[in-house]
Amino acid sequence: MKHDEPGSGFGTLLYKELLRFWKVSFQTIAAPILTAMLYLLIFGHVLEEHVQVYENVSYTAFLVPGLVMMSMLQNAFANSSSSLIQSKVTGNLVFVLLPPLSYLEFYGGYVIAAMIRGLIVGLGVLLVSIGFVDLRLEHPLWVILFALGGTAILGTLGVIAGIWADKFDQLAAFQNFIVMPLTFLAGVFYSIHSLPAFWQDLSHLNPFFYMIDGFRYGFFGISDVDPRLSFAVVLLFNTALTATTLALLKRGYKLRH
Amino acid sequence: MIPAIDITGLTKRYRALEALGGVDLQIRQGEFFGLLGPNGAGKTTLISILAGLVRPTSGSARVMGHDVVTEYRAARRMLGVVPQELVFDPFFSVRETLRIQSGYFGLKKNDDWIDEVMHHLNLTDKADANMRALSGGMKRRVLVAQALVHRPPVIVLDEPTAGVDVELRQGLWTFIRRLNADGHTIVLTTHYLEEAETMCNRIGMLKQGRLVALDTPANLIRRFHTVYLKVRLEGEPPAALAARASVDEAGRHCFKLDNYGDVEGMLGALRAAGCRIVEMEVAQPDLEEVFVNIMGGQAQQ
Repeated sequence: MKHDEPGSGFGTLLYKELLRFWKVSFQTIAAPILTAMLYLLIFGHVLEEHVQVYENVSYTAFLVPGLVMMSMLQNAFANSSSSLIQSKVTGNLVFVLLPPLSYLEFYGGYVIAAMIRGLIVGLGVLLVSIGFVDLRLEHPLWVILFALGGTAILGTLGVIAGIWADKFDQLAAFQNFIVMPLTFLAGVFYSIHSLPAFWQDLSHLNPFFYMIDGFRYGFFGISDVDPRLSFAVVLLFNTALTATTLALLKRGYKLRH
Repeated sequence: MIPAIDITGLTKRYRALEALGGVDLQIRQGEFFGLLGPNGAGKTTLISILAGLVRPTSGSARVMGHDVVTEYRAARRMLGVVPQELVFDPFFSVRETLRIQSGYFGLKKNDDWIDEVMHHLNLTDKADANMRALSGGMKRRVLVAQALVHRPPVIVLDEPTAGVDVELRQGLWTFIRRLNADGHTIVLTTHYLEEAETMCNRIGMLKQGRLVALDTPANLIRRFHTVYLKVRLEGEPPAALAARASVDEAGRHCFKLDNYGDVEGMLGALRAAGCRIVEMEVAQPDLEEVFVNIMGGQAQQ
C-alpha cells in the first residue's frame, strides 16, 4: 500500500482549468473568434475606404491587432472570473480549498489558464484574419510580450472579480462597466490621435490603451506612444494588480472566512 | 501517540456573533467520534476550522500533530472532509473528478486506489458518467470518494446522511465502519442521534459554540438516571395514578421515574390501588432524550 511521495497540486489545478474551457471550446474559443471576425468584416467593410490611421496601413489591417488584443483580454478575463464565480455559486470551490494548495499555486493555476485561453483565442483571430488581410509583422517579440502582459493583467483582474463577486450579475457589472469600456476606449477601432485633446489625455490614463498600442507596434512598427513606455505601464499595472490579488488570496478574502 | 485531533481554546467570532466560545477537545487516533448539537451550535464552524476553510479567531487546532494554520499543507494531507452540501463540478465525469482531486494533493499515479475507492462505494459502473447525470445519493458517494483519494488518516463527515435514502445510508455506514476498523479516525456530525448512539464510541455536544458534554454514549445516558416503567394493566388505574402516566401507542401506561430506586415504590402504589400488571418493561432513555435534556438544561441556566 505504498504510495508516491506527494508533489504539488499546481499542475492539476492548471490542467483542470484548461480542461474546463477546452470541454466547451465551442463557446470559449470558437464563439469569440467568430465575434472578432464579424467586427473585422463589418467595420473593415464600412470604414476601409474612409479611414486611414497610419500611412501604408489599410484600415482593415490596422483593425486586426486591436481585435486580436481585445479578444485576448476579454477571454482571459472571462476564463478566470467565470470559473471562480461558477465554483463559488455551485459550492465546488471547496474542492480547491480543501487540498494543500498555497495561495500562490491558486493564483498561478487560475491566471495561467486564463492567459492560455486568451492566447489561443487571439491566435485563432490572427490566423483567420491573415486569410484575407495583408498583415505585416515587424517586431514579433513585442507582439509576444504585450500578448503575455495583457492576458496576465486580465486573467488577474478576472481572479479579483471572481473572488469579489457573490452573484453572476455582480460579475456582469464588473465586465460591462469596467472591462468593456476600458477595452473599447483603448483604441481598438481608432488611433487616439484622431480624438479631441481631452479624450486623448483621458486615454493615456487607460492602461488598456498601452496594451493595444504596444501590441499594434509589434505588427506595424508604428504606434501612438513609445512601446517601451507602453510596456513599462503594462508591467507596472501587472505588478500592482498581482500584488493586490496575492494579498487578498493570502488573507483568504471571501474564500477562507 | 499524538491525538488525531487536538483543539485548544478555539474561538471564532464573526463581528458580534460568537460562533465558537473556547473549545478544548482531543480526539484519539482510531476513535469514531460524533459531534452533536442543534443548528447554529458551531459544528460546521469547528469542522471548517479543521479543514482550513475558516480561520480561528484564537486558540489552535491540530490534525495528527500539524497546526491547521501554520502547517496547513501537512494538516490538510492528514484530513479528508465530506462537506455537508451536495456539491459537484458539472464539467467532469466521476473518474475525472477523483483524478483531479487526487492531483490537487500531489498524487499523480493514484488510479489503483481510485478504482478501489470507487469499487467500495459502488461507483465503478458510473466511473465515466458525467457528475450531472448522477442521482443525489450517487453524488454523495462521490463526495465521500473525493475525501478519501489521498488516504487521509482522519476523516470528517459533516452530516453525511442528511437527505440520503435508507439503503444508501446503510451502505455508507458499513463503509465508514470498515474505514474505522482499518484504523481511520472518524469524526462526524449528524442529526440522527440514533446513528450517533450506535456508531460512535464518544460523543461531544456543542451548544452555542461551547462543548457542553463529552463522553461515551453509555456514560452520557447513565448520567441521566431517568427510567421508564411501562406497564400493561388489567382495567384502568385510579385517576391519581393515571395522571402521572402517559399512554404509549401499544396502550401501555408509561411512568417516568427519577431512578431505579423508585421502581419498587411505583409498583407498590399500583398494587395498593388494586391494579394487576399484565406486562412490564423498565426502559432507559436514549441519546435523543439526553440530548434534549442537555440542550434544554443549558438554555435554562
